[in-house]
Amino acid sequence: MISLKNLSVAFGNKPVLNNISLSVEKGETLVVIGPSGSGKSTLLRLIVGLTKPDSGEVWVGDQEISGAEEDRLNVVRRNMGMVFQYSALFDSMSVGENVAFGLRQHTRMKEEDIARVVRRKLRSVGLSGQENKMPNELSGGMKKRVSLARAIALNPGIVLYDEPTAGLDPMMSATISRLICSTQRVLGVTSVVVTHDMESAFWVADRIAMIYEGEIVECGKVDEIKASSNPLVQRFINGMAHSGAAAKRRPKI
Amino acid sequence: MVIHMLERIGRSVIVMLENGGRVIKLFLDTVGHLRRKPNGHHVLQQMVHLGVNSLPIVMLTMLFTGMVLTIQTAHEFIRYGAQSSVGGIVFIAMGRELAPVLTGVVVAGRVGAAITAEIGSMKVTEQIDALKVMATDPVAYLVVPRLLSCMFMLPVLGIFAIVIGTVGGYLVASTYSGISSFSYFHSIKTYAVVMDVLGGLIKTIFFGAIVAIIGCHKGLTTAQGAEGVGRATTGSVVASMILIFISNYFLSVLLYR
Repeated sequence: MISLKNLSVAFGNKPVLNNISLSVEKGETLVVIGPSGSGKSTLLRLIVGLTKPDSGEVWVGDQEISGAEEDRLNVVRRNMGMVFQYSALFDSMSVGENVAFGLRQHTRMKEEDIARVVRRKLRSVGLSGQENKMPNELSGGMKKRVSLARAIALNPGIVLYDEPTAGLDPMMSATISRLICSTQRVLGVTSVVVTHDMESAFWVADRIAMIYEGEIVECGKVDEIKASSNPLVQRFINGMAHSGAAAKRRPKI
Repeated sequence: MVIHMLERIGRSVIVMLENGGRVIKLFLDTVGHLRRKPNGHHVLQQMVHLGVNSLPIVMLTMLFTGMVLTIQTAHEFIRYGAQSSVGGIVFIAMGRELAPVLTGVVVAGRVGAAITAEIGSMKVTEQIDALKVMATDPVAYLVVPRLLSCMFMLPVLGIFAIVIGTVGGYLVASTYSGISSFSYFHSIKTYAVVMDVLGGLIKTIFFGAIVAIIGCHKGLTTAQGAEGVGRATTGSVVASMILIFISNYFLSVLLYR
């Protein structure tokens, strides 16, 4: 469904991704983990065509989009939804208008049909009856859920999540993880989740890929990642500090 | 030392030319999108927001400008026995220069700043990216309605500005300088020609395009969070005003030579 081939990206003189290859099967949930600044979000932006690679290919379905014009990209994007790290809700629009946005832009549905879809999508993320609220009246977790409802409004084949649980309390993180799973199960979508929340990653993933300094250092099923012999992976998933710096206790006074 | 200074000047010139090129490209992109029918609801919404809501401040500005212009001219004209020319002078000054330029400047301050702040905060909160991901071109969705509404509403504001400025002049001429209504309005009829108003309104179309494109460009290129939005907004107003003054000179040469 998604295939990245030998992708390299640099911002100025700073390389961000270095010759990365990765594929995601139809209906699969791939979680990309890695420390901040390792290039995870850039990977998502490449898949959705917001960033162009310096070299390599990005295949979404049977379309190669790395050098595609906006018109062709937009055709591919209609089959995609994205949940942004900070939700990116249109703050001049109500919750209902946010969820209805794609429907109004890309379909000829009647207003009553749009309202019905909006109600259904909001119910699926546990926000029934919140259509008329404005984004500034919502908590962080509610914004993320509206963002998910907006992303799945057109029933896309691919949903991308950029740090979906960042900044949320553990209970809301669990709710979001559950929603990612149920979205995958109910709609059969292919999902790519970028996160450094390991609990959520283990929960939602079919496969996990770890990026470190712009390269994929490990990719495999959840059990394989847990049992990985790669010290970088073990340090990351167990939340240990970088080599050598770990566990230096202060002397007792 | 000299080389260092020349390098800095060169860099500034390159940045300026780059920005100029980007603004022209945005304008051409926007014009390209006009091939498709724009969203009428959005255009009307922007016309109200950018045009109708600017009417009170434009009218207030022009009322006092007309009044002060008459105070300054009427006294001198009466001294030379030319009081019968005051109405015409005020009207021509309003129609050709003051109404278009001051309307442009007021709109640049109010509307240009609003456009940049709105689009800029959308940029830094990833809402522009969200538009793109939802297969919606930000230029078609955000820039086209703003350009159209500014280009249409500025001439409308310009008409109000000319009328209110002339009326302001009349109020002062009749109450303060003792010039009769007949004399004031007769001199307008005698000296003014259609081109005095038409030329001014043509200018406002250009000024509307400048305010909208600069406002949108600064918004779409905003970076670095809230501070960046503030910087972009200030930059938008300054750049729009400078371009209005410069283009006004060349438009005056073209239209009234």
